[in-house]
Amino acid sequence: MTKHQRKDRHSRVGPATLLITVSVFFTASLSLAQSEPTVSDSVPVDSQAVASIAPVTSLIVEDFKYDDGEKLLLSWIPSIDDVPEVGRITGYEVYRITDGGEPEKIGDLVAGKNSYEDDGLSRESQYQYYVVALSDGGSAMSVMTAPSSPEREWINFGRTNLFLVALIIGGAIIFFIGSARRGKKLFVRKIAGLEAVDEAIGRATEMGRPILFIPGIRDMDDVQTLAALTILGRVAEQVANYDVQIRMPVSRSLVMTAARETIKAGFQTAGRPDAYNDDMVNYVTDEQFGYVAAVDGVMVREKPATVFLLGAFFAESLILAETGNSVGAIQIAGTARPAQLPFFVAACDFTLIGEELFAASAYLSGEPKALGSLKGQDVGKGIAMAAILIGVASATLAELTGWGAMTSLLEIMKGLFSSQ
Amino acid sequence: MRREIPLAITIFVGFLLIFSVFFPPVEDLGENFSLFFDIIAVFAFFLGGGNLVRIHGKKLLKRKPDWAFSIVTLVGFFLMLAAGLFKIGNPGDISSNVTAEGSLFAIMYDNIFKPLGATMYALLAFFVASASYRAFRAKNREATILLSAAFVILLGSTPLGALLTSWMPDSLSILEIPNLAVWILSSPNLAGQRAIIIGIGLGVVSMSLRLILGVERSYLGDEGA
Repeated sequence: MTKHQRKDRHSRVGPATLLITVSVFFTASLSLAQSEPTVSDSVPVDSQAVASIAPVTSLIVEDFKYDDGEKLLLSWIPSIDDVPEVGRITGYEVYRITDGGEPEKIGDLVAGKNSYEDDGLSRESQYQYYVVALSDGGSAMSVMTAPSSPEREWINFGRTNLFLVALIIGGAIIFFIGSARRGKKLFVRKIAGLEAVDEAIGRATEMGRPILFIPGIRDMDDVQTLAALTILGRVAEQVANYDVQIRMPVSRSLVMTAARETIKAGFQTAGRPDAYNDDMVNYVTDEQFGYVAAVDGVMVREKPATVFLLGAFFAESLILAETGNSVGAIQIAGTARPAQLPFFVAACDFTLIGEELFAASAYLSGEPKALGSLKGQDVGKGIAMAAILIGVASATLAELTGWGAMTSLLEIMKGLFSSQ
Repeated sequence: MRREIPLAITIFVGFLLIFSVFFPPVEDLGENFSLFFDIIAVFAFFLGGGNLVRIHGKKLLKRKPDWAFSIVTLVGFFLMLAAGLFKIGNPGDISSNVTAEGSLFAIMYDNIFKPLGATMYALLAFFVASASYRAFRAKNREATILLSAAFVILLGSTPLGALLTSWMPDSLSILEIPNLAVWILSSPNLAGQRAIIIGIGLGVVSMSLRLILGVERSYLGDEGA
């Protein structure tokens, strides 16, 4: 067989071989395509990738600043595989070893987290930590931290600014109380709502109808309730002088007890202890709208000439004030909840806005030492106003000129009343 | 002594709580005292409940005006109390939750108490309308400003507000009604609110100091205060 013949035979066989080759190729390709998921599932291509996820790095543990020695703060650099678009890291587990014992899982965190606060620790124990990065079917553990213990700080230096501000305001209040005690005359602006108290009580006397006093719906642990009761003391004195009826439905048992004592003292001061009786104050219910229904009922049935709404009010403020308005009562309201003030302004004759509620007792008593505390507040207002003005000016200048000093000054002003 | 002991407790606890803000070892005291208060308040419920029964019982027995309402109050009070105390109709035993599904307490709470409360709350919608009508009457300069601001804010919250001024060029976008409404809320309104809040904060400090220093004692029933 010549070389040419061999070549020719080869060329004849060629198409069949090609056909077979192509068939085999396509069959193999099809089989491969069909079997790809199986191969992927069975052959640990992904698992190998999972197993190779990177752990978190630079895991450090430090004492939590300004606490009683109960907390440690862990922080780390997340795994380099913790990329939201890829989503290989599903989360982290934080483990703690106490005094060389067994590891204990203390936290499950979502991907992307890089810190953890471990609370409720003991200063006497040593703690070590490690973080495990998790992915579907695999995990990677970080190095373990060196043993560390939380430390107690005796003073919270993060609140030094607040301490200084409190010291200045508190000092000013005490100073002015002292000045007033020594006989210095203090000017306090007129508060219309409080000037009207006598008139409102007089109106009830003339009309022969009762006075209704509502001290809000919070308990004795709320300073607004305390403020309401201090005003009640002055009102009760006048009520005893004018010989008018006072009704006080309350929503808290402790407020009932305290209000009784307050009214009793007012009647004693007025020299009419015999006119007092416990039924002036009665408990209704702790439930917000149950209380409102009962008070509205009293208003509609007894048609009081005067209604005092002083204390902490929520959604019930307008329901009470509008009902009082509908029965023609003169209404004096006051609260330190800014959200409720517009309702009182709309529905009542006089409204004590915020600080006026707290100033009322001192104002009504007219006692120099109480008025002195009001003057002390003005120092606080002065500090606040100065901080706002400097802050606004420095923010404007920083924006216009880009001076770093102005930005620093702005940050100081911002941090003046904030705390850690 | 009746006044001095409560006053001494007020002074002691007041200063302790001030210190607790600045000294971490006593930082948890505020929370602890709140818990103590809650415990005391629970016991004080007997005073309140007793007073409710006494007042309405007396009203009922003496046939005072509107005595019929007292029947509703007392029946409601005792029925709820019995349902809760004896866990009537509770699916579990006496240790089961008082509000467990199927219990008489839960049935009365869900089907009587909650709808009644919701009814009272719903009244607010009508009262808002009547109060707004009075507040927004343009009787003087301040009321007119209030009315105008309210009008812009209300209109700015509706699609009509956006539609009315949508033709304005970008350079005047601040005058578009929705933007104007946002500006009113976030600038003059917020500034006023913050001023009130600062005043309240200072008022609380001053009031607290008066209580702690014993300058204000009328809440203790001290006739000399």
